[in-house]
Amino acid sequence: MAQMTMIQAITDAMRVELERDENVLVFGEDVGHVGGVFRATEGLQKQFGEERVFDTPLAESGIGGLAIGLGITGYRPVAEIQFIGFIFEVMDSICAQASRMRYRSGGRYNAPIVFRTPFGAGVHAPELHSDSLEGLLMQTPGLKVVVPSNPYDAKGLLLSAIRDNDPVFFLEHLKLYRSFRGEVPEGDYTVPLGKANVVREGKDVTIVTYGAMVHTSLAAADELAKEGIEAEVIDLRTLVPMDMETVLESIKKTNRAIVVQEAQRSAGAGAEIVARIMEQGILHLEAPVLRITSPDTVLGFGEIEKEWLPDASRVIKGVKEVINF
Amino acid sequence: MAKTMNQSNYEVRTEPVEALSILSPEGKLLQPDLLPQLSDEQLRELMRRMVFTRVWDQRAISLSRQGRLGFYAPVSGQEATMVASEFALRQDDFICPGYRDMPQLVWHGLPMYQAFLYSRGHQQGGRIPEDVNVLMPQIIIGAQIVQAAGVAMGLKKRGTDRVAITYTGDGGSSQGDFYEGMNFAGAFKLPVIFVVQNNGYAISTPFSKQTASESIAHKAVAAGIHGVQVDGMDAMAVYKAVQDAAERGRKGEGATLIEAITYRFGPHSMSGDDPSKYRTKEEQGEWEERDPLVRMRKFLESKNLWSEEDEAKVTEEAKNTVAEQIKKAESVEKMTIPGLIDSMFEQTPPYLEQQKEDFTK
Repeated sequence: MAQMTMIQAITDAMRVELERDENVLVFGEDVGHVGGVFRATEGLQKQFGEERVFDTPLAESGIGGLAIGLGITGYRPVAEIQFIGFIFEVMDSICAQASRMRYRSGGRYNAPIVFRTPFGAGVHAPELHSDSLEGLLMQTPGLKVVVPSNPYDAKGLLLSAIRDNDPVFFLEHLKLYRSFRGEVPEGDYTVPLGKANVVREGKDVTIVTYGAMVHTSLAAADELAKEGIEAEVIDLRTLVPMDMETVLESIKKTNRAIVVQEAQRSAGAGAEIVARIMEQGILHLEAPVLRITSPDTVLGFGEIEKEWLPDASRVIKGVKEVINF
Repeated sequence: MAKTMNQSNYEVRTEPVEALSILSPEGKLLQPDLLPQLSDEQLRELMRRMVFTRVWDQRAISLSRQGRLGFYAPVSGQEATMVASEFALRQDDFICPGYRDMPQLVWHGLPMYQAFLYSRGHQQGGRIPEDVNVLMPQIIIGAQIVQAAGVAMGLKKRGTDRVAITYTGDGGSSQGDFYEGMNFAGAFKLPVIFVVQNNGYAISTPFSKQTASESIAHKAVAAGIHGVQVDGMDAMAVYKAVQDAAERGRKGEGATLIEAITYRFGPHSMSGDDPSKYRTKEEQGEWEERDPLVRMRKFLESKNLWSEEDEAKVTEEAKNTVAEQIKKAESVEKMTIPGLIDSMFEQTPPYLEQQKEDFTK
């Protein structure tokens, strides 16, 4: 099995699918000749030609409209939005158009689009490059939201996303792109959307998380283990649809939970996870479910990024609070 | 002197444009050379569709007042632009409409009862038959313009000679998506036709406050696409402009922006708009003298192709069709919340199955 970084795995997924299905098209700003600002599409234009992998004018709303129109004519667009903060320019296509295509057309059309977007803080990117906007996207009916945390999942989830007939927003954490390698099978395999992964088993507390915070949570769990606290860490992988079954199974065992997210606290993924745990699993709980998040401010990018983001010590503190409740 | 010459070199200039008219308001043929090559039967059919659309509009306004329709945007005054532009297309061309463009959809094959279902908020209104190449009316001003660029790219990539057409109003030409769509069409040389129905008002905002551009047609220059202006009250001029644009698209010569100068005789929508607050009676009267139906009728009468009997027959046909189609719409089973939930995704995920249960207990 090959050792790949997450970005290599993402490129590999697009290559597999471009080869397998001639309706797959990859486009966006700078994705063609140079292979994208992060090289996620490197080599794909050379291999598949400018008809399949191409640069667009610099206009996010245009990219979104192009994706929808191509979807209507039977293509399977993989549209790159260069940085997460730029999705505000294309929110109409994502949240008001693609996501409701199936409803609006009574099932006549769908929007088999993947919007791929780098996001996530900790790499000192400029303003509006690193924000965590998954909460906004999750609130859109009809849109699936995927956040891989490792190379294996990234490839498998992206292949599932491209084959899905519903629009999928695929969030790629900047810090995870090249920070480590993992084993990635060659060729075709999928990781299903809507299936969480128990990345560490434990009996004392459940840490529900996703994206880069999986790694922060695992580091915290290692530390906690030294003190005899065994944390179970769940990587949700997809926020919509969300695998509550796995979460609830874990809580039945541990009776305690915290939710760790990089995004600001209010009204986001964490709030949703806590609400569902309360609705579906309150009888298994022996302490309130806490959220470990960044504060409700704009992203403290650059200078205070490290302090702004949740780290292992904050996770440890949260776990101890629910254990000692 | 040198300075003047220098200025003339670096200043971009555009000349004023004049709208193409083929028929005068009295139905006289102004430009015989430009008259579209249509058979007598085609001319009669075009007239039939315009008269039908006028009657349908009057009936729809009435149905809307009775509460039997939901959102409805009147179309009278714009029939030449709407009906003749669709008439100039092929059945396999693709229509991406704005919110007022229901006539084009129905004449392109969308069953009328589905138009009524759409108006009533029933999702089956949008279940467009397989061989009908349209989207439903777009509510977000401009979203259809970028989508039309995408559809056109798809049609081109498939190696067809089909074209996409999209419609918006003068207000829509101020939207960012209007520029992005045209720019994409120019950059990728896409077979798409952008029709701006300039009816002088974006709800109440007059065209004079919409843009400082010489005309909307001029905006094509910035996108590097073909731009024309037509008299939108003249069905022959609209037909000619769309036919030319479609031909250009089919031959791989790219996109066209058509500005059609037109007028809506009624309110912006049936949801409380009162045009008397922003338009004068005099202005309305002047535009009524340019009524596209009167013009086409006079033209056809002069060729013995239309008569009062024809008019009466179509009027009757339209009234009966509308009555029958609204009944059909009303007889379609009401939408349900579980049905709505199931329309979100191809396969309803567990969390939505749980929500469905709340509405089926």
